[in-house]
Amino acid sequence: MPIISVRDLVVEYDGRRVLDGLNLDIQPGEIMVLLGGSGSGKSTLLRQILGLEQPKSGSISIKGTDVTRCSQAELTKVRRSIGVAFQSGALFNSLSVEDNVALTLREHTALAPSIIDLVVWMKLAVVGLADFGKLQPRELSGGMKKRAAVARALALDPEILVLDEPSAGLDPIVAAELDELIVFLKETFQITALVVTHELSSAFRIADRIAMLFNGRFLAVGTKDEMRASQHPRVRQFLNRAPDNQVHAPAVAAYLEQYVRSREAN
Amino acid sequence: MANLLENAGRETLSQLDYVGSLHIQLWATLRGMRTALPLVGNRYRWRAAVRQMLEIGVDALPMVALLAVCSGFILAMQGASELRRFGALHYVIDLVAVGFTRELGPLLTAIAVSGRSGSAFAAEIGTMRVTEEIDALKVMAFEPVEFVIAPKFLAALVAVPCLSIVSNFFGILAGGLFMFFSTRLSLPLYFHYVLSSIELRDVSAGLIKSLAFAVIIAQVGCLEGFRVRGGPEAVGRSTTTAVVRSTFLVIVADAVFTTIFYFVGKT
Repeated sequence: MPIISVRDLVVEYDGRRVLDGLNLDIQPGEIMVLLGGSGSGKSTLLRQILGLEQPKSGSISIKGTDVTRCSQAELTKVRRSIGVAFQSGALFNSLSVEDNVALTLREHTALAPSIIDLVVWMKLAVVGLADFGKLQPRELSGGMKKRAAVARALALDPEILVLDEPSAGLDPIVAAELDELIVFLKETFQITALVVTHELSSAFRIADRIAMLFNGRFLAVGTKDEMRASQHPRVRQFLNRAPDNQVHAPAVAAYLEQYVRSREAN
Repeated sequence: MANLLENAGRETLSQLDYVGSLHIQLWATLRGMRTALPLVGNRYRWRAAVRQMLEIGVDALPMVALLAVCSGFILAMQGASELRRFGALHYVIDLVAVGFTRELGPLLTAIAVSGRSGSAFAAEIGTMRVTEEIDALKVMAFEPVEFVIAPKFLAALVAVPCLSIVSNFFGILAGGLFMFFSTRLSLPLYFHYVLSSIELRDVSAGLIKSLAFAVIIAQVGCLEGFRVRGGPEAVGRSTTTAVVRSTFLVIVADAVFTTIFYFVGKT
């Protein structure tokens, strides 16, 4: 019984089809990595799953609730079991790091303040920011902001963790620690994780399954071994980090010639 | 010719859309305002509301007081230079007192607050939109209207009428200083005349107006913030639009209220 289920999702912006009939099942307790080039629709898919936008057609079920059609109250209820870390952190600038992490604990639970302080400290310690709780978000580096965002996502011990490019901009050691954290959470707490990333090393370290998105369609969905063995040219190009040969002298020369010819014709 | 009609139609529709969005947001704010109230609501929202009252009200005191003093002098002097010709200098007192309580106090306060706080709301909320903080609020099961708008709205409803009263006081005081320096009228006597020239309904009309102005400033500022799409330059544009639109709507509302009170007063 999949915990997140995407069926025939179609999303259009200004008539342009961004997601074209997507189907995906994410099983509880698995780490699903969304790979894809820039502009392939990864962030759009994420926003659809989180219920921030409505699709043109299709449905998305999270824990049995269809988030594309449900009421606001049901959506709120589903969102309580999801923790999200946005690409740029999206920490609330008017609150300190501690207050950011404590926000959901204070408002959605009846825990005592001392317990909340302890939980906040634990979540920050797990991402390596135990001493930085009192700082304001504008005083943090980019990497620290992303880590604080992960701590905030973990505040209520969610069943589903959604991470948008968690390792982008982090140094390799910190990125590796974040990867280990995600794997630890899955193995110990059976958290389901949906991770959008570019970083292949992270993806292959943490993923149970990988889904590769290209131009709004899934090129391939499968385990690490299945992806590595895939013969699809686009998949191979992505995994081998092979460039598209746009910046290649003969190609540039050909383009220049074509341009000059078109100008002469006018 | 068709192009002109098309543009006129499109402009009308977009204005109607704007007014509609404003009403929808106002209604949602009124529903969500319960959580920002002191005892029966969420204590974090109430604290946020109090902080906003300090920012909108207390921090604006010097500016509003200065505006009121200057306007008081201006009104007194302009009035005096005309009334002097009829030997009716004494009526400057009525002019200043009634002018401020009914009109200038609330209006000047609203324009000052619109420039200060209307733009601040738009900038803050617009930036939150750009940095995905509003999305973060939604996925953390918070309602942006309750979390962001309700405290600001409640704070404006409290702070703007209070500022209007302060503005009234300083404006009338400025008139008193003018009367003292030009006619040697003592201040206590001046205030006695002031109190006999205004009625309760003048002050209450002014306060009703300033409540309406508070609603306009808070709603327009927040709506412009929520409408931001794009990057920092969009945030900048939204602050300008917030100030321009709220000032315009404040003056239109003032005209409407003044007309209503005029006809009600005649009966």
